[in-house]
Amino acid sequence: MSESNGVNPDEELNASNLPGQRGDGGEVVDVRRGMFGAHDGGDTTGYGGLVRPIRMPGGSSRPYGGWFDEVADELEGALEEQDLLPGNAIEKTVVDRGELTFHIAREHLERVARTLRDDPALRFELCTGVSGVHFPNDTGRELHAVYHLRSITHNRVLRLEVSVPDADPHVPSLVKVYPTNDWHERETYDFFGIVFDGHPALTRIMMPDDWSGHPQRKDYPLGGIPVEYKGARIPAPDQRRSYS
Amino acid sequence: MSNHTAPQQAAGRETTEGRVFTVTGGDWDELAAAVGKADDERIIVNMGPQHPSTHGVLRLILEIDGENVVEARCGIGYLHTGIEKNLEYRTWTQGTTLVTRMDYLTPLFNETAYCLAVERLLGIEDDVPDRANVIRVMMMELNRIASHLVAIATGGMELGATTIMIYGFRDRELILDVFELITGLRMNHAYIRPGGLAQDLPSGAVDQIREAVKTFRKRLPEYDKLATGNPIFKARLQDVGHLDLAGCMALGATGPILRAAGLPHDLRKAQPYCGYEDYEFEVPTADTCDSYGRFLVRLEEMRESLRIVEQCLDRLEPGPVMVADKKIAWPAQLALGPDGLGNSLDHIKKIMGTSMEALIHHFKLVTEGFRVPPGQVYAAVESAKGELGVHAVSDGGTRPFRVHFRDPSFTNLQTMAAMCEGGQVADVIVAVASIDPVMGGVDR
Repeated sequence: MSESNGVNPDEELNASNLPGQRGDGGEVVDVRRGMFGAHDGGDTTGYGGLVRPIRMPGGSSRPYGGWFDEVADELEGALEEQDLLPGNAIEKTVVDRGELTFHIAREHLERVARTLRDDPALRFELCTGVSGVHFPNDTGRELHAVYHLRSITHNRVLRLEVSVPDADPHVPSLVKVYPTNDWHERETYDFFGIVFDGHPALTRIMMPDDWSGHPQRKDYPLGGIPVEYKGARIPAPDQRRSYS
Repeated sequence: MSNHTAPQQAAGRETTEGRVFTVTGGDWDELAAAVGKADDERIIVNMGPQHPSTHGVLRLILEIDGENVVEARCGIGYLHTGIEKNLEYRTWTQGTTLVTRMDYLTPLFNETAYCLAVERLLGIEDDVPDRANVIRVMMMELNRIASHLVAIATGGMELGATTIMIYGFRDRELILDVFELITGLRMNHAYIRPGGLAQDLPSGAVDQIREAVKTFRKRLPEYDKLATGNPIFKARLQDVGHLDLAGCMALGATGPILRAAGLPHDLRKAQPYCGYEDYEFEVPTADTCDSYGRFLVRLEEMRESLRIVEQCLDRLEPGPVMVADKKIAWPAQLALGPDGLGNSLDHIKKIMGTSMEALIHHFKLVTEGFRVPPGQVYAAVESAKGELGVHAVSDGGTRPFRVHFRDPSFTNLQTMAAMCEGGQVADVIVAVASIDPVMGGVDR
């Protein structure tokens, strides 16, 4: 079927005549096939052959615009003063939808956070906690820990993102820098299984202590029971067809 | 271990952690005497999760030495309902129905924060009509008053000041009536939707809000008379639950706790959203860092909210309340029928009878939903309790890939230990009440 147009979507994801191709931007974190969540050949809609790479916004190059350049300069300068090559700590800088994201190598996370907090020109004194994201098919970078830092002094917000592989889900704890992250890191551990090394007491916080599994991960099903309504039977939410 | 126990008091039993007593009533003195025989003076008391003074299902684990709290910890998670997980299995629009149930005392803040995040992901922030923004601001400020009233009311109740409780809930009822008129429900509104609002204000709403504001202008001073200058009230609240500015910053406390420490930080001023930059209002602060300061800040904030509501009423201009983009706005004409709020029968008749395409479009948009370009955003609003942040991630699908709520109650509750340790057991109640945690928001 797909031989007729000479492109095999299984091999050539970046072929320009594939549907769902929008520019070159971004990095592929996943590839979606089909449309209605039917993976066993039961899809007779004609959408079964659809191949759609999921591209998250990719790295940006300078100038970033607004105060982003200033913060990036200050951060790089401050890291250099500490004999740390900025390129080693900051893997990537993303500017998307008016928000600034630094992707940080996990071994330098604590140093970067401390610098962002203490440097007078940066002063990100308030951390709004950590949020986890699970990309099951982004091999080697499955688990992301996302921090939002707010500077009340300079009225700015930025985001730090750390990605770790599922096989080695360790991120250094930021509790020493931002004590507010105590519960937030417990929550992210509880839901995603990211282990925050150096946390004073990394235990479950929402789920019962003896719970097994980490419920917010994508491979953990929602579960649920079908809805029965006047003879009709509607499948449980995780069993319903999915358009995404 | 003696077998002589009062019938209503379960026997003590030995565990690896020490001797454990389960108290189900009876004479406290007898228990205290029994415990007093133990060689260790310190007792660990579990308060809650079902205790009338712990604000819902909050469990406080107190290590006490006599009347003094040596260590205090929170046990949370009893109201965890997996809302963030559920969101990933519904469309972006259906999300508002779920997030409104998180902190059930500030539903409109949850909805607005979530919708701001979705709108930024879609890139339609500037397309939201003015009227929708004005109504959002008005609803949020009414909600702020309602939330503060509950904070003050339940705080009073836990002190034994039941008059404050009755007054607080009586006045909150005025706002719930307004909400019911506008959204159809007293709580869990799902009124604010990505792109605007579910529907416009019904007739009579503006008059009812004006009436409510007038009533509030009369009634707010009653709290001053009842509590602000009351020596007993002051004696219980002053210097209790102390947390200074450095402590607030370290522990991430925001909202009235931070402002009672003297920092006038308010996202409505710092990073305005929904057009807050166009309204005149003050950010009240106190410099006492204690429960009394937080009470005063809440009281003053309600006055400022009334000012904003009045400005909103003056700024209401006729116009649409939803973005014009038909790929996002539901083609709905809602009306109140005998079985509740739903699509108006005339509208259904029209699309069923005259426009096949409209019917298909409606069906697709409601069941499948709209697609949101991949990316992540962080949108924050100043909820009644502090910074309510939403971290939303999209993978380009019709459902959220991940939505995380940074609920202010969750973060603020962490300050409980810092506020209570070293104080007395009775002051724990006051300190927790001054944090104003809502377990629906804490546990989500």
